[in-house]
Amino acid sequence: MIEKLIQYLEYPFVRYALIVGVLIALCSSLLGVTLVLKRYSFIGDGLSHVAFGAMTVASVMNLTNDMLLILPVTVVSAILLLRSGKNAKLKGDAAIALISVSALAFGYLLMNLFSTSSNLSGDVCTTLFGSTSILTLTKKEVILCVVLSLAVVAVFVLFYNKIFAVTFDEDFAKASGMKANAFNLLIAVIIAVIIVLAMNLVGSLLISALVIFPALSAMRLFKNFKAVTICSAVVSVVCSFAGIVISILAGTPVGSTIVAVGVGVFAICSVLGRIMGR
Amino acid sequence: MSYITATDLEVGYERPVTQPINFKVDRQDYLCIVGENGAGKSTLMKTILGLIQPVGGVVTTGDGLTKNDIGYLPQQTVVQRDFPASVREIVLSGCQGRAGLRPFYTKQEKELAVNNMERMGISELKDRCYRELSGGQQQRVLLARALCATGKILVLDEPVSGLDPKATAEMYELIGNLNKDGVTIIMISHDINAALRYATHILHIGAKVFFGTKEDYLHSSIGKEFLAGDNND
Repeated sequence: MIEKLIQYLEYPFVRYALIVGVLIALCSSLLGVTLVLKRYSFIGDGLSHVAFGAMTVASVMNLTNDMLLILPVTVVSAILLLRSGKNAKLKGDAAIALISVSALAFGYLLMNLFSTSSNLSGDVCTTLFGSTSILTLTKKEVILCVVLSLAVVAVFVLFYNKIFAVTFDEDFAKASGMKANAFNLLIAVIIAVIIVLAMNLVGSLLISALVIFPALSAMRLFKNFKAVTICSAVVSVVCSFAGIVISILAGTPVGSTIVAVGVGVFAICSVLGRIMGR
Repeated sequence: MSYITATDLEVGYERPVTQPINFKVDRQDYLCIVGENGAGKSTLMKTILGLIQPVGGVVTTGDGLTKNDIGYLPQQTVVQRDFPASVREIVLSGCQGRAGLRPFYTKQEKELAVNNMERMGISELKDRCYRELSGGQQQRVLLARALCATGKILVLDEPVSGLDPKATAEMYELIGNLNKDGVTIIMISHDINAALRYATHILHIGAKVFFGTKEDYLHSSIGKEFLAGDNND
């Protein structure tokens, strides 16, 4: 098996897939803790459906670079969702449900009405459950992904303390003079970028798993923010690495394999947490 | 000039929930805001803190106090009850307001956090998880955090709600000592008796508004009425 793996690693597309997969997993886990604690676990789901809708629009319009449409649309939706917060008439979970389901429906509708491909259900399935496109990345895409991921990690590290303060107690942060709204905006933008990146990896239905499983697993084991954040990053990287390797060796779909590994790790962490009496 | 001056202040969301309020807070005052439930105490507090805009009138700060010099002890939120954070992390986050865009804490800020944990008697809890602490200990953590934000003035929203009698007494003692050390206190309280024991000034809001010293309040009709109602409970 090891030999087979080494043999596979000789192919550049396998190496690309591993690099991109690990980086995306790292990014998506970082904000997971914040989102879980802010009761926004499903924002990944909602946003990825928005991104799916945007993607269908882009393909209907025959845009050559669909990122130009997907990224801005997703960022705007993220801002609207996270901003609606406390005083909105539509509460967070309801707003997410509304946006995500309607984007999904309109996306599928558009695809049906203006389909350019002969294999429609195949197309829909790959966007929802993750395509094999992670195995067909070009060098240019890999570089873009690496740059964006590094930017996300850098921003997160630089604003780590502020993200903590704003997540723990927004009112206090505002009262002591922090620009809490600006940081919420920042969180929204980062999460949108992550979602768009991660869509290639696990598809838009399973994206929440990438965002929240590592955070939930880490929260079973650790009790301070720094340890939880670091642990969830490690868990996420390990899960997606293992998932990609397994899927290559066993020929299973990449996205669902990663998520399945994540579920397993979450179960192990829960048991460990119980045993350690936490 | 006073630390905080409110002139014909009306607070609320879109429409005022209070009568026009006038009051001022000077250095080292201990102001208690009392009133019935729903009288707008928390809304008033949020307005003082600048979290919401006044519907009418103005709040001004002076005597060297800026808006960012106000420390705040909020009521607990749902988020905090299962937040994985150590005491030290939370206390340090009080320094964030002054940090601007600087990403990491300075040595002075870390020392300030250590000192304030000492001051609140929670040094030995510094690596414990916040959500595992007792109610009284949690409030001390949040007080230490507020003190990291400022040493000048603290705004406390029902600091003893949900605490047992012993923890309540300790909390009042702690706040009283801070006030003796020169920290100005503004506190919302349900507990009128404690308010009268520690406060120097009372602001009563509701259908009628009273602002003045504790002694004046005890002799005012509104104060007598409120105290009589409270003692009949």
